[in-house]
Amino acid sequence: MYALKDLPKEELFSPGHRLCAGCAQPTSVRMITKVLRGPTVIVSTTGCLEVSSSIYPHTAWRAPWVHVAFENGAAVASGIEAAFKAFKKKGAIDEKVDVIAICGDGGTYDIGIQAISGALERGDDFVYICHDNEAYMNTGIQRSGATPKGAATTTSPAGTKIPGKPEWKKDFIGICIAHGIEYAATATPAYWGDYLMKVRKAIEVDGPAVINVLTPCPLGWRHEPKDSIKIARLAVLTRYFPIYEYEKGKYKLNIKVPKPLPVEEFLKAQGRFRHLFKPEFKKDLEEIKHYVEEKWNRILRLCSET
Amino acid sequence: MSKTIGLSGDEAAAYAAKQSKVDVVAAYPITPQTIIVERFSEYVANGEVETEFICVESEHSAMSACIGASLTGARVFTATCSQGLALMHEMLYIASGLRCPIVMAVTNRALSAPINIHCDHSDMMGSRDCGWIQVFCENIQEVYDWIIQAFKLSEDLNVLLPTAVNFDGFTISHSMEDVKVLKDEEIEKFLSIRKVKYKLDPNEPMTFGALTLPDYYFEVKRQQEEAMRRAYEKYISVVKEYEKLSGRSYNYLHEFMLDDAETVIVCLGSTAGLVRQVAKKLRNEGKKVGVLKPWLFRPFPSKEVFKALENVKSLAVLDRTLSFGAPLGPLCSDVVATLFNEEKAIPVVNIVYGLGGREVTPGEIEEVFNLGLKAAKTGEIEERIKFVGVRE
Repeated sequence: MYALKDLPKEELFSPGHRLCAGCAQPTSVRMITKVLRGPTVIVSTTGCLEVSSSIYPHTAWRAPWVHVAFENGAAVASGIEAAFKAFKKKGAIDEKVDVIAICGDGGTYDIGIQAISGALERGDDFVYICHDNEAYMNTGIQRSGATPKGAATTTSPAGTKIPGKPEWKKDFIGICIAHGIEYAATATPAYWGDYLMKVRKAIEVDGPAVINVLTPCPLGWRHEPKDSIKIARLAVLTRYFPIYEYEKGKYKLNIKVPKPLPVEEFLKAQGRFRHLFKPEFKKDLEEIKHYVEEKWNRILRLCSET
Repeated sequence: MSKTIGLSGDEAAAYAAKQSKVDVVAAYPITPQTIIVERFSEYVANGEVETEFICVESEHSAMSACIGASLTGARVFTATCSQGLALMHEMLYIASGLRCPIVMAVTNRALSAPINIHCDHSDMMGSRDCGWIQVFCENIQEVYDWIIQAFKLSEDLNVLLPTAVNFDGFTISHSMEDVKVLKDEEIEKFLSIRKVKYKLDPNEPMTFGALTLPDYYFEVKRQQEEAMRRAYEKYISVVKEYEKLSGRSYNYLHEFMLDDAETVIVCLGSTAGLVRQVAKKLRNEGKKVGVLKPWLFRPFPSKEVFKALENVKSLAVLDRTLSFGAPLGPLCSDVVATLFNEEKAIPVVNIVYGLGGREVTPGEIEEVFNLGLKAAKTGEIEERIKFVGVRE
């Protein structure tokens, strides 16, 4: 565990970026860059973080940073890693250079999943961090494979007949673990000590490691900018977003929630779920609550916590 | 001192990449390019190269990884064709826009649908405007020579553009030929290691691939076009230097019996050999015909093309692709635009041929020459686009 006083004062992600007030992403990036092991290259895919941190001729990045496209964060990371490996083999460099991809959920769960799957299967040595704000926020809040059931987005609106997205969220971390990788975890900046520990652990892994980070989006989730961290914490305390890790075949529940708050506490705090509290959608709300409980129990079983 | 070994087109490409001491190869197999990745995999498996070979899960990821590696300062090689090139399409523009001097072998193959694995140029022509330097090879020796020369041209700090080395699928990729290969140390001296000015370097952090809005995007693209122009100039010094090393002489164009030619066929790639053979026969019959084969397609050598064609009276330009609904095919458009810019108005017929690997025969080429000779006399052509070798 890290103590605040141990963290470097140096900021590799500088102020002046154009991310929204209250966006959890810059907080997450700053946390990531506090626990780097050594020389590091950062890759981002197209999305809020990219468009807001790199408007030419400005950049918020004090680390070497590259954006290539939307669906290829993992493949670009593989190429960078291969280049450094080749340089080391040829004696052109001495130090190990770490590669971290920081990508959104659209570029991860949907359009980028093939490239991720390829890189995980090959065992390429990099860290993949998904900033999961549960929709395509950069293009104006469209549903993604990471959008939870019932959430209203512009392509899964809360209609009079259909209350938001009808489908469940994809189990991205489960998919990653199924590749046989050594390390995968969920995290949120609301639990920064846990998150920092996981980032560093992921870096130390000799091979691919994946972290799915819940990063609230005030615009898309429709909450006050000041409440982002609070809502991320509510996601954990209502058991909506279990914080766990998978390491060398073993699961561990990192944040235990013995006395969960009602799921409604998390849902009610956000405009994207408001419609679920209409009487006609009571069944849907119950289904979501049931799903959260089932998922939690499944994670508990994996973590041998039952 | 060079030695001669028997190689297929694909093997020659892999061998040249190996001798170029590439740092990273990221590639995905596709017929008829597969032998390139197979041979390279063998080099890796046998420890003959220090290259990092990324066996990616798609061509899209192949080019993505190539871009990542190239921005890190690596010498990078890949190969593809057809559907693979089409899947890469998005990344091709990013490779050139981010000024990555990647070299790619393209074993030209038809695009689906209907699916077909044989040669035509619809793949590269479909990505014609992707900002890559594009050369077309006629035989296996050229494949070998061009892969090596392409690194020299692409990696020049005043150029920094990727190069596609095109050669006809199966016709070249799967034929065997005696290839004169250089010694490793000769190539090492010719290419040296890649010099890099800007790269992903923890010691000197830089931002690559920034969002660029209307206030700067246009300038970036304008600079890219300037780089194309510089590539055009650099090109000739690369081929001259390579000539000193190899004894093999390249230029923008291969010119055959153009001096007093009344009509000329302009074509790319392996077809040129057949066309020259027919031209020779017709010359023996006293017919004044010639052949012009551009090695370099992008940047298009307009100045040289005009000079070569200055005195001809008619032209037939062969396009091994179909630009649906367009007034002319891509090669013919460029030739006609070149002539128009020089205010030279002559009859030009655009021949569409060989799609999906359809054989083109000496008889058909002879007919095309005869068409050109007739047009040279009458000053007229019957149809601007003529399909040769197709059942109507």
